[in-house]
Amino acid sequence: MKLISCPLNGPRPLLEFVCGGELREMPDPDICSDAEWAAYLFKRDSRPGVKREWWCHIPSGYWFIAERDTAADVFLKTYDAAELRGAAP
Amino acid sequence: MFRQPDRLRDGYEVVIIGGGGHGLAAAYYLARDHGIRDIAVLEKGYLGGGNTARNTTIIRSNYLTPEGVRFYDASMKLWQELSTELDFNLFFSTRGHLTLAHSDADLRTARWRAEVNKHFGVRSEVVDAAFVKKLVPQIDIDCGGHTPIVGALYHAPGAIARHDAVAWGYARGADRLGAEIHQGVEVLGIDVRDGAVTGVRTSRGSIRTRKVLCAVAGSTPRILKMIGLASPLAIHPLQAMVTEPLKPWLDPIIVSSSLHAYVSQSARGELVMGASLDPYELHSTRSTLEFAEGLAVHMLNLFPFLADVKVNRQWAGMADMTPDFAPIMGITPCDGFFLDAGWGTYGFKATPICGKTMSHTVATGTNHPLITGFSLGRFARLELTGEKGAAAVGH
Repeated sequence: MKLISCPLNGPRPLLEFVCGGELREMPDPDICSDAEWAAYLFKRDSRPGVKREWWCHIPSGYWFIAERDTAADVFLKTYDAAELRGAAP
Repeated sequence: MFRQPDRLRDGYEVVIIGGGGHGLAAAYYLARDHGIRDIAVLEKGYLGGGNTARNTTIIRSNYLTPEGVRFYDASMKLWQELSTELDFNLFFSTRGHLTLAHSDADLRTARWRAEVNKHFGVRSEVVDAAFVKKLVPQIDIDCGGHTPIVGALYHAPGAIARHDAVAWGYARGADRLGAEIHQGVEVLGIDVRDGAVTGVRTSRGSIRTRKVLCAVAGSTPRILKMIGLASPLAIHPLQAMVTEPLKPWLDPIIVSSSLHAYVSQSARGELVMGASLDPYELHSTRSTLEFAEGLAVHMLNLFPFLADVKVNRQWAGMADMTPDFAPIMGITPCDGFFLDAGWGTYGFKATPICGKTMSHTVATGTNHPLITGFSLGRFARLELTGEKGAAAVGH
């Protein structure tokens, strides 16, 4: 089975993880238009390529970021979500 | 079987991208019903080699939404006459279809589907465990004591067919009516001027056309990008496998949502088995051992005596999934670009009616009445056609 390198738990089998979908900016629902909100919900670029996604290690309940090649089925990089804000994990 | 033209002409009235069941059926009905015979079907690989070859051939109409039930029922009626219509033996075989219930929640969904189905004249009923056991004496009705079967949704018209023959039959029919089928031709770009299609660029040169029908399943996002159209599609592999051939013993088609498994026995005796989608987005048709292991466990929950039966082949197709498990069909904001997509895990059974409704839509420029609930625009309006309860194996 494929192993994923979890930033918290180290290499663990794929079955212990769930994909939370692509990382997307959520518009402020109080001020955005219906069209912007619908685009946030439903607009996807599903061509093959490298994507940044949320993943969760289920047994530890730990969410992190993975960069993944959706054509080659390869995890290129995994890191703590704090790095998105430029902070040390 | 059909001509294999060696070169593309400079232009066609209609270009169909994708030589699978859907594209070929659309070509056939465009020529037969609408008198449009100046058609090129472009297939990147070989005819019917995509999801037409990779699905598990189950044909049913026991869906959940009125839009879905009407649509698939019309497809079922076309299927029942299709071998005669195409003068080609599709091995269409009515088997009956059991969606097993292992809990009260399963039974509730079964009851819901049965009542919607009956309302639209589709034969579906909720049956008890004894009925299931009588129809399939080999089944372990207690599933080893873990998830006992408490009843089922029984859909008598459920059927299977020989998938390759469907592609070949429609291809031959379309070819005889004048459509050209080009295999090994990849679409590289689509020319759009002032919001309307003007041509298609291919690996064998450019062609002029004002109408393009896109029926390419897992490759849809790549084609949509060529004309700058966004969609909610996500591509996931759907795997399946077959056992070695056995004497005929399993008549109905068996589906279990709780066990994430379905099985039927093909005309040549193989058990054709499938399960849920792979759990993350991927543009690949690779197979995995964990899929085979997981599916085998659930098959043995239902049929312990299969423990010594060998798996012969395993494969995958790329399913284009929508958020509501209903397809995306019809006209698009790009004039002359027609979409038949979002067929995820349920496209084979819809092949005839997709051909019929998309040919109408392409010929007239307006959506066929049966597909108005499946428009691309429904997402922006937040008007989804929620079909997950009847379309997905795992939910």
